Amino acid sequence: MRIALAGQPNCGKSTLFNSIAGYKAITSNFPGTTVKYTETKTHINGLICTCIDLPGTYSLTSGDPAELEARRHLLSGEVDVIINVVDTSLLIRSLELTLQLLELEVPMVLCLNMMDEAQRKGIQIDSQKLSEVLGIPVVPTIAVTGKGLKELFIEVVSLMEEKKKGRVPKFSKDIEAIIGELVSILQMEWPVEGKVPSRFLAVRLLENDEFFVRELREADRTFNRIKSFQDRLEQIHGFPSDEVISSERHALAMNLFEKVSAVVHPPKKDVRMTIDHWVMHKWVSYLILAGIFYGFFNFIFGIGGYIEEPLIGLFEGWIGHLESFFGKDSLSLFLSKGVLQGIAGGIAIVLPYLVPFLIGLSLLEDIGYLPRAAFLMDIFMHRIGLHGKSIIPFILGYGCSVPAVMATRILEFPQHRFMVSILTTMIPCAARITIIFGLVAFFISPNAALAIFALNILVVAISGKILSLIFPYPEASLGLILEIPAYQLPPLRNTLKKSWYRIREFIVIAWPILILGSVFLALMEYAGVERHINWALSPLTHLLGLPTSVGTTLIFGLLRKELSLIMLTQALGTTQVLTVMTKTQVMVFTVFVTFYIPCLATIAALWKEIGRKGALVAVLFTLSVAIILALMTRIFLGIFPLW
Amino acid sequence: MPTTLDQVHDNQKAKVIDIQGGQRIRQRLGQMGIHPGDIITILRYGVLRGPILIEIHSSRVALGRGIASKVTVEEME
Repeated sequence: MRIALAGQPNCGKSTLFNSIAGYKAITSNFPGTTVKYTETKTHINGLICTCIDLPGTYSLTSGDPAELEARRHLLSGEVDVIINVVDTSLLIRSLELTLQLLELEVPMVLCLNMMDEAQRKGIQIDSQKLSEVLGIPVVPTIAVTGKGLKELFIEVVSLMEEKKKGRVPKFSKDIEAIIGELVSILQMEWPVEGKVPSRFLAVRLLENDEFFVRELREADRTFNRIKSFQDRLEQIHGFPSDEVISSERHALAMNLFEKVSAVVHPPKKDVRMTIDHWVMHKWVSYLILAGIFYGFFNFIFGIGGYIEEPLIGLFEGWIGHLESFFGKDSLSLFLSKGVLQGIAGGIAIVLPYLVPFLIGLSLLEDIGYLPRAAFLMDIFMHRIGLHGKSIIPFILGYGCSVPAVMATRILEFPQHRFMVSILTTMIPCAARITIIFGLVAFFISPNAALAIFALNILVVAISGKILSLIFPYPEASLGLILEIPAYQLPPLRNTLKKSWYRIREFIVIAWPILILGSVFLALMEYAGVERHINWALSPLTHLLGLPTSVGTTLIFGLLRKELSLIMLTQALGTTQVLTVMTKTQVMVFTVFVTFYIPCLATIAALWKEIGRKGALVAVLFTLSVAIILALMTRIFLGIFPLW
Repeated sequence: MPTTLDQVHDNQKAKVIDIQGGQRIRQRLGQMGIHPGDIITILRYGVLRGPILIEIHSSRVALGRGIASKVTVEEME
């Protein structure tokens, strides 16, 4: 049994999914966070079901690749029941998708989510009546609190047995007549392999759906006939046929809404309006934006620095003891030092910054601040020749480059995806942020770390310009169209759970690799191999004026960015970096690590999203940028010694 | 008198008359619930020809100026 959760972006699908699946999907108050679908197996009434969280999609007519992914899955014929999740407070718009989903002729439950939000807006829904009109079960829920979920699954189970399909509300007579004719032609002359229902296909063709029109044009000559149907619609209504259908669906949704809803009181004025007045204010907003990110920065540094300092001292002491315990130059000393330094790097350097960073980011996401930041930054993105929506992958990039690269799917044009994918890998991910904090902020000063972040933004902007000159692409022909969701006060539990999910990824995946890497490096040091690697990389390290011993750490950084940091302490033989490196060297090293070649996981993601050539361009481009910037940092600090 | 969405003042309501430009723009705006006949409230303009924040069917949407200039509207009192 396969159950698919489908709905518009930001309607609470992922929250609902998570309450079924434990914690697997990433939720946030940001349209378009789920670009890949997540699956989970779950037991419902003793039945084993696979539950799929599809990317949010505003409609089923061709859109960006994330939306096409959702549609492809729904049409695959593998879905037994659809749970259509809607944000009840935005019911009119949501119903337009519901109407399209009904055309799929798959048993479906309508889940009226965010009931509390609707009530606050004074909207009352007669779910019984809605259920009668659409011929499908309708269940009100509040996913964040878990209200109504039990009832929802009771309906899902009974649907699995009954396999009852809904009723597709009809368009106006003249349109239905044209649809009817087209359906019979399609059924006779273009027998689709059962999976795509004829009515669904006919309506998509009348809407001039890019994907299906292309498919049909390749497969058959009936295309001209379809064009004639489109023309007929256009003649009757005086609008292009796609507009006719979408307006018609819109009208249907509005009628439906009026039939089943009552506005019992005007929307309650709440503080969110006042807050939003200032957060989105013409000028004040930018002060708030700067303030939030400055506060965020200090929050991470404050907590991280407070924890890092005593822990580093503690581990240094232990490592000193090891030497006297095992004796100099013994294999066991190298081994145990490797293990201890790997552990120390994780506990003392990575986690103190990673934990507050991820909690802070989750909080900003869940509250709904990020799309507002996108609104405020849009004009600046345009100035560097990027589509306003590019800000979404960029912001996600501060968490991890892999989802950021995948998030470029929300951009419609491949050329934009190519550009933004490459640029987004230059945004410091959580691992690199840790390095910036752990090295520069800690050993030099918080302001120096801020300078790196500022430099980074500047460089990304300039790189955007440069890349668009090398790889010209059509002007951002579609400007920003982005939903700004209402603020949500997420239950703290959800935010913490999400942060934990991301932190756990570091603990169970990255950390063991870090410890192994640290041991491996210690062994190489023992065997004298690392000297050869350092020798091979010495032209680079010499050029940048870095100690030769950091060469290996750069290679390890390709596996996981955190490795550069932990390996650094391993390669230098101390966590007190400043005893062996100058502040300038620390700065140059960090600048290089911030920009150079993305980690393997990111390269794999790039390969998948923008192809082999794109991934290669990304590698070469970031490497050259890193070398140039590190060199400039070295020269600049040589001329203006700031410390 | 018909004008375009980017010309309407803050806190004004406007009725959509037509959407210029290609199918893609119509489709994207349609998905946000913006069709001819719909009523839009203009909430605020971003600085430096930044995007416009509007309210449509009680949801809030940010539209770039370029997009907004493609939407023909009629100002309402």
